[in-house]
Amino acid sequence: MKVRVRFFAIYRERAGTSKAEVELPQEATPTDLLAELRSLYPSLPRSDSVLIAVNSQYADPHSPLHEGDEVAFIPPVSGGLV
Amino acid sequence: MIHITTEPLNPQEVTDQVRKDSNGAVITFLGTTRDSTEGRRVHYLEYEAYQPMAQDMIRQIFQEVRERWDVQDIAVAHRLGRVEIGEISMVVAVASSHRERAFEAAQYAVDRIKEMVPIWKKEVFEGGEVWVGSEEESSKVARS
Repeated sequence: MKVRVRFFAIYRERAGTSKAEVELPQEATPTDLLAELRSLYPSLPRSDSVLIAVNSQYADPHSPLHEGDEVAFIPPVSGGLV
Repeated sequence: MIHITTEPLNPQEVTDQVRKDSNGAVITFLGTTRDSTEGRRVHYLEYEAYQPMAQDMIRQIFQEVRERWDVQDIAVAHRLGRVEIGEISMVVAVASSHRERAFEAAQYAVDRIKEMVPIWKKEVFEGGEVWVGSEEESSKVARS
């Protein structure tokens, strides 16, 4: 199945692009997608603190994706210190 | 009202959105760009958003505020792109019949926006640039 990927902020800079389309096996999860993306874009940040959004909603990284889903990687937002 | 724009923000417009004769207290928060962070002299900031998710998440925060404080009147504006030092990057206005609710709801809304709305801030400072909140930033702080 094909999914669309959106990169932002540090992910966008390291990937060198804001968008990608990736072919994945059925039942692949966002975690699987990220593993695939790391091999396609080796400079992606290594950290675990990225959140996943599927079709503009925060999502469980272990829930299977579906054909045509838009997956965005949400690195830490400017929240930080009060 | 949710206004996400590259144009300079107008706090009066945002405040006017929440004013009603039934509201006795209006709190307007301005987020402005500081000239230094953690000892770094900042030249300017750049904001980037994942639209329309940013709008969806702000709408969700409005719902949270309405449920917790029964405050109906909230408006948010956020700037994108390059923002110079001393300019306004965010406006949050909240109105209520009573000030205690308005103060609390405004603080909650600001904190929630900064916690979960997909808007990122890049600091361009003396000697480099960094995405605020990232691991790279933490390691820069640790080293300095």
